[in-house]
Amino acid sequence: MILTLAFRNLFHDRIRLAVTLVGILFSIVLVAIQLGMYLGSSRMITSMIERSNSDLWITAFGAKSFEEGGILLSTRERHQALATPGVKAVIPLVVAFAEWRKPEGGSTRVVLVGTDAEDGALEPWSLVSGTWQDIKSPDAISADDTYFRELGINGIGDTAQIAMGRVKVKALTHRIRSFTQSPYVFTTLSRARSLLGAESDKATFYLVQLEPGADAEAVRLELLNRLEGAEVLTKNEFEDRSLRQWLFRTGAGLALIGGALLGILVGTVIVAQTLYSSTKDHLNEFATLRALGSSSGYIYKVILAQAGLSAVIGYILGILISLGILYISRNTPLPLVMTPGLAGALFGLTLFMSAVSAISAIIKVTRIDPATVFNR
Amino acid sequence: MTQPVLEAENVVKELGKGAGKVIALKGVNLSLVKGELTLLMGPSGSGKTTLLSILGCILTPTSGDVRVEGESTAGKSPEQLAELRRKHIGFIFQSYNLFPTLSALENVRIALDVIGRKGYQAAQRAEEVLRDVGLGNRLRNYPSNLSGGEQQRVAVARAIAASPSVVLADEPTAALDSENGHAVMALLSRIAKEQNRSVLAVTHDPRTLGYADRVVRIEDGLIVGEERRPQGLDAPEIADLTKRRKVNG
Repeated sequence: MILTLAFRNLFHDRIRLAVTLVGILFSIVLVAIQLGMYLGSSRMITSMIERSNSDLWITAFGAKSFEEGGILLSTRERHQALATPGVKAVIPLVVAFAEWRKPEGGSTRVVLVGTDAEDGALEPWSLVSGTWQDIKSPDAISADDTYFRELGINGIGDTAQIAMGRVKVKALTHRIRSFTQSPYVFTTLSRARSLLGAESDKATFYLVQLEPGADAEAVRLELLNRLEGAEVLTKNEFEDRSLRQWLFRTGAGLALIGGALLGILVGTVIVAQTLYSSTKDHLNEFATLRALGSSSGYIYKVILAQAGLSAVIGYILGILISLGILYISRNTPLPLVMTPGLAGALFGLTLFMSAVSAISAIIKVTRIDPATVFNR
Repeated sequence: MTQPVLEAENVVKELGKGAGKVIALKGVNLSLVKGELTLLMGPSGSGKTTLLSILGCILTPTSGDVRVEGESTAGKSPEQLAELRRKHIGFIFQSYNLFPTLSALENVRIALDVIGRKGYQAAQRAEEVLRDVGLGNRLRNYPSNLSGGEQQRVAVARAIAASPSVVLADEPTAALDSENGHAVMALLSRIAKEQNRSVLAVTHDPRTLGYADRVVRIEDGLIVGEERRPQGLDAPEIADLTKRRKVNG
């Protein structure tokens, strides 16, 4: 009967129910978008590190992120690393921002990634046109098809200029997004050095692969001992550092989290307000229940059930709208991400928000004087 | 001698504070036994409803004691008083106090739900008491689709569904026309007799006198008189008798 009464109380006043649901829905959609952007941004920021086949990353001291590592490491560090027990391979990678001059004029900034795919540390994924062999051909690069407009190109065969040299689009990746909005462009290691004017022994990172059974932490400490002016990070550490750089030092992450908190706050206030007003309207009924001998707990359950029902209905509507927005965002520069974990967390959050919203109503009910039933 | 199910002993109730303090009850003694319909009558402001609230464990006396089935209410918390109400007391209100969003059957079921009786058996019991009060064909109707008399009968069914030993009614006929008022009083009388419950109805409706086994009069917070129903008189005769007594002083 608790659920029946809660359901009837809720649907008795359709306008108030609509306001409650709009409050929850608004909150869910706002939080889903903000956290979806946060997750999407996080994935973009860490995608290169995540996709690498490496156990450890050697970076120049103070490297802030994947895109901002400098081209400071030399073969000396590579040889020192290779001589460390437990290390199987040390693979160089060149990464740097570079100017892309469009074929029709104008320029933009790209992140040039120089890698030798044969080494097995990092290679362009999601290739929808062309192969790594095509990228190895003279002047070749791969570009991402979602950035054609920014790059001023139309597809395979188009030419442009990166920093110091001409390049030709020979392969296309699909949806390898960049948080910095500077598209990733893949080419060979030597061509990247050449385009960027770097010396032929220089690298931005060394990706370390370990011998089977090697203790990663022990190797990391040994590498730190041997390499001066370099840092040795696990994949997770480097991902965290990149996230900190782009999401928190720039304030973007705080804005997203702040937006999500605002959504929760607004949703809670709207739901609390409508639930309180509904409870106030049904106060005589709650007083009657109390006079009939119901425990306070029984009445709280009715209010919480009302809050819970609002939460479930509001969540279903909110998540459907959020999924629609996610679908629309899939081809935008910042696609939103929804994971089962986030969907579950949002449901938990909705229930929590509704439970918190019920507090004011419960306080109101706690003060009911059952003697009021005789005054009507 | 029949054991009282509900007893008030020297009950005093003060309402308000300071200059606005009113002594609503000034030392009331009253016992209710099973199988009797007792009417509590008195003018407005005499303390009828306050006494009913105290007997129903809704209000607590300032001093004195109330015992329900021998259990004193003194020192009990609001939750413990609610438990006493759940176990022993059924209420009928002047304005019925039905849940407008629930059907007649659900209005009765919720009273059973409150005491922990749920499911099919609760539904069966609710239907049984509604049939008993003559509403077997109105089970699915909502209060807005029931007449005042029917609503009060739903309220009666709700009050007796959990088989309480005491039923307290606050002006049960005040909002009803003559026909429905008589029907509800006949029902309360039957509940007292056939189901062996103690029924106390607060009223100032003389039409109800004919159904009473006992009439208790209250004025200015004190019980000022008590009379037993003259056997063999029907309701109109009793009403007439009362009128004559008033005229004669």
